[in-house]
Amino acid sequence: MNFRPADDTSSAALEIRGVSKAFGRFPALKNVSLQARDREFLALLGPSGSGKTTLLRVLAGLETPDAGEVRFEGEDFLALPVRRRKVGMVFQHYALFRHMTVSQNIAFGLTVRKRAERPAKSEIDDRVRDLLRLVQLEGLEKRFPSQLSGGQRQRVALARALAIEPRMLLLDEPFGALDAQVRRELRRWLREVHDRAGVTTVFVTHDQEEALDLADRVAILKDGELIQLGAPNAVYEHPATPFVFDFLGQACRMPGVVEAGRLRIGDWETSAPEGAPQGAVEVFFRPDEVEFAPADGKGLSAEVQAVAQRGPDVRIDCTINGAPTELQAHGPSLPPGVTPGQSVRIRPLRPQVYAAG
Amino acid sequence: MNGRIRLPGLAPLMLAGTLLVLGVLIVLPLGVVFQQALAKGFAAYLEPLSHPDALAAIRLTLTVAAIAVPLNAVFGVAAAWAIARFEFKGKSLLVTFIDLPFSMSPVVSGLVWVLLFGAQGWFGEWLIDHDIKIIFATSGLVLATVLVTLPFVARELIPLMQDQGADEEAAALTLGAGGWTTFFRVTLPNIRWALLYGVLLCNARAMGEFGAVSVVSGSVRGLTTTLPLHVEVLYNDYEFVGAFAAASILAGLGLVTLILKTSLEWRHSGELSASRRH
Repeated sequence: MNFRPADDTSSAALEIRGVSKAFGRFPALKNVSLQARDREFLALLGPSGSGKTTLLRVLAGLETPDAGEVRFEGEDFLALPVRRRKVGMVFQHYALFRHMTVSQNIAFGLTVRKRAERPAKSEIDDRVRDLLRLVQLEGLEKRFPSQLSGGQRQRVALARALAIEPRMLLLDEPFGALDAQVRRELRRWLREVHDRAGVTTVFVTHDQEEALDLADRVAILKDGELIQLGAPNAVYEHPATPFVFDFLGQACRMPGVVEAGRLRIGDWETSAPEGAPQGAVEVFFRPDEVEFAPADGKGLSAEVQAVAQRGPDVRIDCTINGAPTELQAHGPSLPPGVTPGQSVRIRPLRPQVYAAG
Repeated sequence: MNGRIRLPGLAPLMLAGTLLVLGVLIVLPLGVVFQQALAKGFAAYLEPLSHPDALAAIRLTLTVAAIAVPLNAVFGVAAAWAIARFEFKGKSLLVTFIDLPFSMSPVVSGLVWVLLFGAQGWFGEWLIDHDIKIIFATSGLVLATVLVTLPFVARELIPLMQDQGADEEAAALTLGAGGWTTFFRVTLPNIRWALLYGVLLCNARAMGEFGAVSVVSGSVRGLTTTLPLHVEVLYNDYEFVGAFAAASILAGLGLVTLILKTSLEWRHSGELSASRRH
């Protein structure tokens, strides 16, 4: 397949500026601005009601924002009706045309073109065959959507979206309705397809693991606002707010105080992370990013309540400063001294500090 | 998920009761219609049917249905589309209004046209001045029939279209299809069987409607009598064979409708509204 040439890898392909949208009194998007680079795989991540799907539908032209601007490759996207935007959209529930075969579904975007722009029938057939190969569905072209599994349907939906040689690919929770096994398989495969097709992709998901695994950059939304935008590692290691920290993985939280470059949590004191706010703070850390030390060593004192092996991980229930806390360790051997009823000291490896309140 | 529960002693009683009621109230009268129609032999059955008045009645019935049913099919698709696809104020009121002809006596559905377009009606004088005849004419019959059969198509389509959602149409638009292309290539094929089902029920009612039509018809023989009215006219004249012969056509129409409807339910249950599925 011949997609667009690979020259303009420079600046932002997609620019969203100050987009707001309300449904009645409910604000779905509040002044959202972000950019996607050419050929970038951008994930919009957030809980339900965060506005991520609304933003995607604004990009597709299926919703009109109340305010703001959307530009794609310098063009005013909002001025274009849906059908002229040439975006390939993949819906959560596939939205395949139920009365058409797999081939007819994939060919739809080509067959509805005006006669002058429509490829010849043989050309359409060739394109459909190429796409069937790309999505690994050869031999199923005569089937109807109802005769396919969820994963197969989603691949047909992707092939159908790619058939029009989209300028941008929009995916709305494409794996949301699939079971965990299929999801993981399709995820890697989708990334490969994206890399091969070389098209800017915006991907909506509420699954942080999916977003961190797949995307070049992740935009985290909450209540219609953009909270943080960055590379998966950057947002995971430096979450901008407690919400992001919490949303991206398991979190332990406890109160602390920052004074003169020192962070104090309970009876333990360490140097405060760079840029930490002064005064009363909330300290967050991942339950598996801790170091254990004997009871007379340095760190927060923790009473171990219970230890349970869970597959490759060990779950350690303990009490820190009177609050029940769940920690995790990896691997078959337990840190020394971690037995129920014993006291140990723990040191969070990468604590994140946020102003309290 | 179809649980079978046996209520001891009660089941045979209910079954017997149901069969008895069906037999007495449906099978028996239907039998009587054909028995009476054919009482004096097949030739005597055909004779009143080939009478000019009878032929005129059949023609008029077909004409009225041929106008009213397509109108209601178009209205039904438009109304169902609007209700299933858009959120707007007064939507539930609109749904209620569509249902109104179901809950209102058909006589009222006829009477409103007389009130509007009759000689003493609101627009009566104006119509007479311009030499337009609605009441006691085909157009009046069509209006009355349209009103009575208004809900059939829309009611069939609304739940189905709500169930199917707008995603397929949205997908078609993103793929570059225009509004009309999307409608004819995506929307319409998705609702085709339900639409046919609604049209079928609408047609049966349109051809069989008596109450509303009788108000606006004036029963001018050979001119404004539809088949159901023709039955009444003959019956009142003690022409029983003729009346039952005409009635047998209506009954036959009902049976054909039933067969088509059932076969639709069997073969395309997945594409009818949820309430019609087996």
